[in-house]
Amino acid sequence: MRREPKGTHLDGPATGGSGVIPLNVLQPGEHGIVVQLAGGRGLLGRMTALGFTPGAEVTVLQNFGRGPLIVRVRDARVALGRGEAGRIFVRRNAG
Amino acid sequence: MSTCHPARTTTAEPPTAQHTLLVALAGQPNVGKSTLFNLLTGLNQHVGNWPGKTVERREGFFTFDGTTYRLVDLPGTYSLTANSAEEVIAREFIIRERPDVVIALVDAAMLERSLYLAAELIALPAPLVVALNMMDVAEQEGVRIEPEVLEAAMGVPVVPMVATRGEGVQALLETVHRLACGEVPYVPKPPQIRADHREVLEEIEGLIAGYVPAPYPQEWVALKLLEGDREVTRMMQASLPPDRWEEVHRVLRAHDDALVAVASGRYEWIGRMVRAAVTRPKAGQISLTERLDRWATHPFWGLVVLAGILGLVFWLTYTIGTPVQDLLDTYVVGVLADAVRAALSGGPSWLADLLADGVIGGAGAMLTFLPILVIFFAVMGILEDVGYLARAAFVMDGFMHLMGLHGKSFLPLFLGFGCNVPAVLGTRVIESRRARLLTLLLAPLVPCTARMAVIAFLAPAFFGSAATLVSWGLVLLALAVLALSGAVLNRFLFHGQRAAFIMELPLYHLPNWRTIGLAVWQRSLAFVRKAGTLILAVSVVVWALSTFPGGRVEESFLAQVGRWLEPAGRWMGLDWRLMVALLTSFIAKENSIATLGVLFGAGESAGLAETLVATFSPATALAFLVTQILFIPCVATVGAIRQETGSWRWTLFDIGFLLVVSLAGGVVVYHLASLLW
Repeated sequence: MRREPKGTHLDGPATGGSGVIPLNVLQPGEHGIVVQLAGGRGLLGRMTALGFTPGAEVTVLQNFGRGPLIVRVRDARVALGRGEAGRIFVRRNAG
Repeated sequence: MSTCHPARTTTAEPPTAQHTLLVALAGQPNVGKSTLFNLLTGLNQHVGNWPGKTVERREGFFTFDGTTYRLVDLPGTYSLTANSAEEVIAREFIIRERPDVVIALVDAAMLERSLYLAAELIALPAPLVVALNMMDVAEQEGVRIEPEVLEAAMGVPVVPMVATRGEGVQALLETVHRLACGEVPYVPKPPQIRADHREVLEEIEGLIAGYVPAPYPQEWVALKLLEGDREVTRMMQASLPPDRWEEVHRVLRAHDDALVAVASGRYEWIGRMVRAAVTRPKAGQISLTERLDRWATHPFWGLVVLAGILGLVFWLTYTIGTPVQDLLDTYVVGVLADAVRAALSGGPSWLADLLADGVIGGAGAMLTFLPILVIFFAVMGILEDVGYLARAAFVMDGFMHLMGLHGKSFLPLFLGFGCNVPAVLGTRVIESRRARLLTLLLAPLVPCTARMAVIAFLAPAFFGSAATLVSWGLVLLALAVLALSGAVLNRFLFHGQRAAFIMELPLYHLPNWRTIGLAVWQRSLAFVRKAGTLILAVSVVVWALSTFPGGRVEESFLAQVGRWLEPAGRWMGLDWRLMVALLTSFIAKENSIATLGVLFGAGESAGLAETLVATFSPATALAFLVTQILFIPCVATVGAIRQETGSWRWTLFDIGFLLVVSLAGGVVVYHLASLLW
């Protein structure tokens, strides 16, 4: 079993970018557009296969502020851990 | 036109068998693949493992219009990038076996996401048919799809269907047949990589040209290299000259974000298909799934729901399983053993004993396992099929996390309270290989009913009114040891890694009894066939050890081993008889009481309990109970572990690990308890 390379970032979390936030801060009912993903290849592969790619719309369905989240992405309901959600960066979408 | 020669005239080898067409069924999880597979093959199917893997392989036959089809069910995967064994199996099969047709099953109600796998399949060298399943669900949600438009856009045949009602199956088979015969034009329009990466893809292709091992398509290999695919990277590193590999490697390092670009390219392609073919998008109504999940995935109510369901499972087990088990034991195993004894009454007594106690006893133990096994398989099957399993995993994930496990490990482990065998077999629901292995290594630490029976017999005798407290304490101790072992094993065997928690929560739907029934039947059969041989063999061996040379346990080889082990037992305050009782619990946990009965010449009556209390101190009794609750699992569980890991190394490792843990537990508890009494 190979370890996931920890450093394969696609740019770090945007610090200066306007309104780019990790997915786990969105409240239930809020929408976001995926801007970038961070993580090792294994995690990125699973995220993209489940529908998280730049441009995809994500709606948060459940987020109690702690514990895992449930989101809707490309019509699928996907559960993901807080840490995993923190590696998906989105721009809040009013729509 | 009933038969035809397969269209793959490009491949050099002839078709494997005349008039038998090879069809592969691919699809993401939860799109109804099992339903379609069972619908097509019925009972004409075979379940095994993929060679060298512990992944289930199902294949079957059906005939349509005079042609025989061999249908292979590929593992359900979201993509074809080498993240897991399933993905490698699926794509290797298509690339190496070159099926005449690949059916990509797609969920019409979740078109974008489920077309992702089709976007990968269309780039492989086998003709593809897209089966648009769950058209009824899509319609309910207000989505309208035009299959002809999708077909024109993708350049591959698209067949709408509702597999649960058998709708569209005829049309699907006709399309498969015509595609295999080359009667329909096949001009697939596969997705392109995102524009900003087209150049680097060409560069890689140029570098590897001429070095790609057959039968892998060159462009596909280049794409997989960009995606950072482990297997393909390894393969190309081996086949390219070192300096050429260096060059490829340099390009890849400079584009380590290419994975997302490749995936984005596929979704852009899907977006174009969907925009063309979907004439009315999803209406914003609140679905049944959403309403149910307000309870089922709630941090508090979710646990209440789970507790309720588990309570129901155990109620079912005890009201149906246990009585049936007793009936089988009395009227089948007992009657058969008596019949054998009667028939052989004239022959040597050891032969009658061998058959009645060794063979029938061993086979009988397995037979009496079956009712519980069937109930648990059915329960797991129903919970998985209706979509609840993922919710149970969701609410338990935080807790299981502490042990280095995944939320999906919870249910199999919990089933272990009934019996460890279904717990081990139930780990199949865990996708992550590592979490699955860890779960099945830990499963024997869940105290099963047979172990609890031993406690129920001994605890009241030794501890009187404190018996309940002691029993609960033992259960809690076992669970604490399980949690601790999980954390430790995860740290040392898997370097503290934990699979990322990201999984789909499928829509709830009514259970498909045919799919569940077939799964229960196949899993039970597999257990009897594979683990059965081992259980029978070990039963006979242990029977022989406890019978020879004298015919009495107290003078047997087993007793000699027990006496030989007595010095070690003394550390835990156990004498040789208790050691022998532990050893015979390997056949079945409840055996230890029967063994003590024989050794003390008292049978299983109340007299035995009194004799034991008079012979042993409470500290010894407690040490014995601790050791037996943590001890190596019964032979049926060992058989199951062997079957599921596919490895003697892991099986023996687990036995050794549990042996050390249980003996250490016994020693510690004995000395602590000796201080008290």
